[in-house]
Amino acid sequence: MPTLAIVTDHYHYAITIFLMMAGLYIVVARGNMVKKLVGLSIFQTSVYLLYVEPGKIIGGTAPIIDPSFTVYSNPLPHVLMLTAIVVGMATLALGLALVVRINEAYGTIEEDEIFERDRET
Amino acid sequence: MNAVWPHLPILQVVVPLIGAVLAGFLRRAGPAFAVALAVSWLMPLIAGAMLWQVLASGPISYHIGSWPPPWGIEYRVDVLGGFMLLLVSTVGAVIMPFARRSVAFEVEDGQQAWFYCMYLLCLTGLLGIVTTGDAFNAFVFLEVSSLSTYVLVALGRDRRALLAAFQYLIMGTIGATFYIIGVGLLYLLTGSLNMADIAARLGPEWAGHSRAIVAALAFITVGVSLKLALFPLHAWLPNAYAYAPSWVTAFLSATATKVAIYLLVRFFFSIFGVAIDFRELPVTDIVIALSIAAMFVASVIAVFQTDLKRMLAYSSVAQIGYITLGIGLANQAGLTGGLVHIVNHALMKAALFLAAGAIFFRIGTVRLSDLAGIGRKMPLTMTAFTVACFGLVGTPGTSGFISKWFLVLGALDKGWWVPVFLIVGSSLIALVYVGRVLEVVWLREPSAAIANASDPPLSMLLPLVVLAAATIYFGLDTQWTAGIAGTAVKNLLGGLR
Amino acid sequence: MSYDLVLRVGTKLILPFILLFALYVQFHGDYGPGGGFQAGVIAASTVILLAITCGLDLAHRIAPQAVVQSMVPLGVLIYAGTGVAGLLLGKNYLDYSVLAHDPAHGHELGIFLVEAGVLITVAGTMTSLFYAFVERGR
Repeated sequence: MPTLAIVTDHYHYAITIFLMMAGLYIVVARGNMVKKLVGLSIFQTSVYLLYVEPGKIIGGTAPIIDPSFTVYSNPLPHVLMLTAIVVGMATLALGLALVVRINEAYGTIEEDEIFERDRET
Repeated sequence: MNAVWPHLPILQVVVPLIGAVLAGFLRRAGPAFAVALAVSWLMPLIAGAMLWQVLASGPISYHIGSWPPPWGIEYRVDVLGGFMLLLVSTVGAVIMPFARRSVAFEVEDGQQAWFYCMYLLCLTGLLGIVTTGDAFNAFVFLEVSSLSTYVLVALGRDRRALLAAFQYLIMGTIGATFYIIGVGLLYLLTGSLNMADIAARLGPEWAGHSRAIVAALAFITVGVSLKLALFPLHAWLPNAYAYAPSWVTAFLSATATKVAIYLLVRFFFSIFGVAIDFRELPVTDIVIALSIAAMFVASVIAVFQTDLKRMLAYSSVAQIGYITLGIGLANQAGLTGGLVHIVNHALMKAALFLAAGAIFFRIGTVRLSDLAGIGRKMPLTMTAFTVACFGLVGTPGTSGFISKWFLVLGALDKGWWVPVFLIVGSSLIALVYVGRVLEVVWLREPSAAIANASDPPLSMLLPLVVLAAATIYFGLDTQWTAGIAGTAVKNLLGGLR
Repeated sequence: MSYDLVLRVGTKLILPFILLFALYVQFHGDYGPGGGFQAGVIAASTVILLAITCGLDLAHRIAPQAVVQSMVPLGVLIYAGTGVAGLLLGKNYLDYSVLAHDPAHGHELGIFLVEAGVLITVAGTMTSLFYAFVERGR
């Protein structure tokens, strides 16, 4: 396959992989806990893209049977990702709640400062 | 009764869910505990009935909403599933009475009802992962159990529990996300999420697409390995286990990692093993190498710990290495050894962590230096602890010996001598860290700080003694563990190509 | 808190329409984009908007914390109860076809109940999350 065709046909995979790696990098590289959670959210968002893109057919409509339409998009990926979004939201909310509690207990949300404070005691 | 019989798979999952909802409504510790206890004691009955049914007449398939698979979600219980369900629910049932006093001691009053609510949600998730035959549904249950686990860990009194829960949340979420990326790739390839259907569709005609299959296998292996704390992805485990409330540690060490191991076995042998010749891929070799590294590195780290719970946590990482070694060997004896060790390790680690919880209940600390001579003050607790310790080392006559014996046989079946010596060698390191604790506990003079310590009340002592007795019983009678595990392995390996 | 007349009156004017839109999204879920998740978030946003503009005390009076916290398990109970109703009527879990005299109506009713459960849980969860975070600083 010519290189150009690979790029034009699969650009959405490139976006997905970029988001995936960017999110994972933020989680690994940042010491700030809120930033870590932001990275985690971006990482999860890439998965939503991974699932939803192949479900879309150009010109397809929502799968509600109607005589004036013949092409329908696959609804299953959307349903799956709705579930995954809820899971992601729950994770983010729980993570932020933990960060709030950590901030109250330690007075900081920078990981290295927290480790230092634990070492002191 | 006949009307209930076909609905057992869904009841196994829905009853704890409704229990969690009730505990959330009740808001008071006593009634919430009563609900949790009733549900926990009902679960093994359901699991046992299903295992009996599966052994008598083959796998049970249950269609949610009457939608036939692969379109609807199928709950499927085979011998391996029934075996794991019985293990998880039995551990929950046995250790539940311990929770009342231990949780009242370690968790703030206003949060105890939520504690039981979260426990029941976690149980729902764990039982759901094993029951479901749908790869995406397994992800949802994985996250249900994980999210409630993060909360349970964070309920520990120490502020480091919050940090441990946060780290666990980050690592656990990355693991779960890796898992759905893998499932997503499989879904793109096959258009199906039903595990049996995926395996059937990933036939030889997909040879040209094997790179995508391998990528899916890699994502799922790494994701699930994060959840089961396979070395070197175990970084979250020691802190989470050390700072969580004692009862939570006992429950998690016996169930959460074990269910993740189940998921790995399911994907390796029921999906990928059926679809592609997966012994040609290096994945089992990698798993074996990491397992052996876990057995040694984690054991050596355990030797240098000063905190009893932390030491036991590192020991868990090492013991998980034995289980994954059995998975990596991928032959009848080896995999049987791995599955048997799931049960044996669950029972003895639960006993050890409960003993740590009982010590904490009496003297408020589990630092090794504070435990000098505690064996004389809490003789029954520490006798049970000692029995479980011998199981951990693999002394003949305890259950730990049986699983290691099968692992050795599995290695020999492959004609490998080196792993045999490595299994024995790592057991000797286990003897070192276990011996260190036993020396402190039994041979030193009791200090003044523990002068008032005594054995805990019966509700805490009984679960501990039952688990320790099981460690010996399953070392002598292997019909329930090795017998059923052997049948499960025969079914798993029978489908391999 | 300073008294901002335009903001408060504007909020009170717009609140009923937000709630109405939540119900529209809820019931339109059968025929187009929508459903319990989205409707629940929109419904919860009314309480959040009220708390931001008119103060937390008023929001607590209109949506007391005990009620909001009970909504979370209540919705799950409605969902699970719909499934168990199928069990009790002799079919599989979450089989809606036995809920009414004919399967098509049964499915309509079942989906309605499940979505209602989702609405209640999501609205309750969102509001209690907001309350929990807001009250930390007090």
